[in-house]
Amino acid sequence: MKGSIFSTIFLSVLFSRAKASPLAVLLIISLLPLLFELIFPGHGICERLRPILIFAILGLGLNIVTGNCGLLNLGVAGFMAIGAYTFGILTVPIFPFQINAWLGLLASLIAGAAAGFVLGLPTLRLRGDYLAVVTLGFGEIIQDVIRNLDTITKGSQGLNPLPALSILGVELNNSHPSLSYFSLLIIIFIIVLLLRNLNKSPVGRAWSAVRDDELAAGNMGVPVMRTKLYAFTSGAALSSLAGALWASALGSTGEPGNFDFQLSVTALCIVIVGGLGNLAGVLLGAAVIVGFNSVFLVELSQFLNSAGLSGTQNVLATPANWKFLVLGLVLILMMRLAPRGLIPALKGSSSK
Amino acid sequence: MSDLEVLTQQLIIGLSNGMIIALIALGYTMVFGIVELINFAHGDLFMLGCFLALSIVGGVTGALGEAILPGSAVSILSIALMFIVVPFFCGALNWCVDRYAYRALRNAPKLAPLVSALGVSFVFINLGLFWGGLPFKVFGYGNAAAAPKDFPNLLPSQNLLANTPIFITWREVLVFLITIPLLVALNYLIKKTRLGCAMRATAQNKDAARLMGINIESVIGTTFIIGGALAGVASVVYALTYNTVFFQMGFRVGVDAFTAAVLGGIGNLPGACLGGLVVGLLRALSDQYIATQWTNSVVFAVLILILIFKPSGLLGARVREKV
Repeated sequence: MKGSIFSTIFLSVLFSRAKASPLAVLLIISLLPLLFELIFPGHGICERLRPILIFAILGLGLNIVTGNCGLLNLGVAGFMAIGAYTFGILTVPIFPFQINAWLGLLASLIAGAAAGFVLGLPTLRLRGDYLAVVTLGFGEIIQDVIRNLDTITKGSQGLNPLPALSILGVELNNSHPSLSYFSLLIIIFIIVLLLRNLNKSPVGRAWSAVRDDELAAGNMGVPVMRTKLYAFTSGAALSSLAGALWASALGSTGEPGNFDFQLSVTALCIVIVGGLGNLAGVLLGAAVIVGFNSVFLVELSQFLNSAGLSGTQNVLATPANWKFLVLGLVLILMMRLAPRGLIPALKGSSSK
Repeated sequence: MSDLEVLTQQLIIGLSNGMIIALIALGYTMVFGIVELINFAHGDLFMLGCFLALSIVGGVTGALGEAILPGSAVSILSIALMFIVVPFFCGALNWCVDRYAYRALRNAPKLAPLVSALGVSFVFINLGLFWGGLPFKVFGYGNAAAAPKDFPNLLPSQNLLANTPIFITWREVLVFLITIPLLVALNYLIKKTRLGCAMRATAQNKDAARLMGINIESVIGTTFIIGGALAGVASVVYALTYNTVFFQMGFRVGVDAFTAAVLGGIGNLPGACLGGLVVGLLRALSDQYIATQWTNSVVFAVLILILIFKPSGLLGARVREKV
């Protein structure tokens, strides 16, 4: 509690006074759990912070679509599911494919991009709000398809066991948590570098133009449909990658019910809370929101359990039951106080 | 039952479900038409209305000391009581949400009110969870807060078309009895009254309406109240018809209603009604002739197909187009 207030003050001072690049600061801070794990192994901190990294990748993918290009995508969970299940089907021992895990990642990237292309081609010319419903529907359809075609996807059980990514024989999952965490960080670092360059390239500038004013961009010679399609496809590919990484690290795709609308909403909140179009913002948003949901609340519940304070009699006494309320209030307050996101607010600037 | 009878039964079921969805879709489409906001919290407002209806019935049952007999005078009185209190509550709650969460964001970037609506939706879901955990008899004295609650049976369930294989009970009749006059009244309000004229003007062009002397905030607030009241009516009808209340039911119903609103053309009131009926019929027919597990996908697939070929929805959207 006190730590988070202190760090918020610290970060805001750092960003506004020292003019430090938020991106660099965040990436350095993200190395801290690694140090912690190396010094105090066995607390499982890298393992517990892994959802933050996966959601960061998911958020980066959504950021391309919604943040940079302004297309509201409510079905990110569907792309994540496609990635996870593509990886699963191609690597699980039940089916004859059983390819290398790294190739599986590549395959899920391609599958996600293909799905994004197929979905985007007929629907990207719709108005923004209609596109939102279409993507929402897509997410639901994918969830139903996965659940119902259980000869291929094993329905509610999910596909397991799945191989973990391995470098030189070292497995990158819970058997080597700090290496797994570090490898995810490297992947995020590479993605952020790529995206940063992409944003400064003509494609990235076309995205910003389409976001700001589609009509004007079209009049200026920006090929609007192609631009939107690029954004949508890349975003879908990244989201699929996140899904595949998740499945690989977990060793299973998990049940299809995990890839629901709530997942898409969490990803959207990450992008918006951090700052639309802002790479550092997405990372910070992932840390804040997923950190709260998956890390803080779980820790609090465990702490209360071990202190003997919990009880299932009173619905108000279980911390997990307050999850929605707190997240909702945070979102409402954030939109009143910092509608452009946390990073622009902390920087104290009003520029886009 | 012959095939024709099965089809007729499904049509009846589909139409009556569709009317409930239409009532909620109207709330979505009215709010969208006037402030261009997808009010994600609307489905969960509906859920809270159902919980209030459950509490009212629980209160009456507690005062009586025994279960209410379907079809008795007490049941009719409690139904009437619910139809008065719940829409009032939902309308007022919706107004409060607009006043305190959305009003400050009228000029904010477009996604800000959307996120705020998501936040309100989460707050409502949690309120539903807590509400279901209250230490009252009707909620099991606080146990199993997250479990679905049974709503007592207040309507007689005998078939009104006795001795025929087709089932029409008081539930379907109630749906039609309540919804059709409401829609007629709403149509009159929008087309023939000054308030309706002000709402249409504000939806068309806020600044011009302001210049004409219309109090924009008051009109927007009233729109939220009316939308909320419609959701309240829908929640009472739903509770009476389906006899179950669950704190996460708002999502499914909300998604269906939003799909219906978009299908008919967002911002378009007759479109929302048509969309609701279409979605209701699709769900009933899909449940019967395809499979229940595919119904959600069927509805969305039809929506996507219709939007690809008619991008502004079935009856055309009524929102400002940028020039």
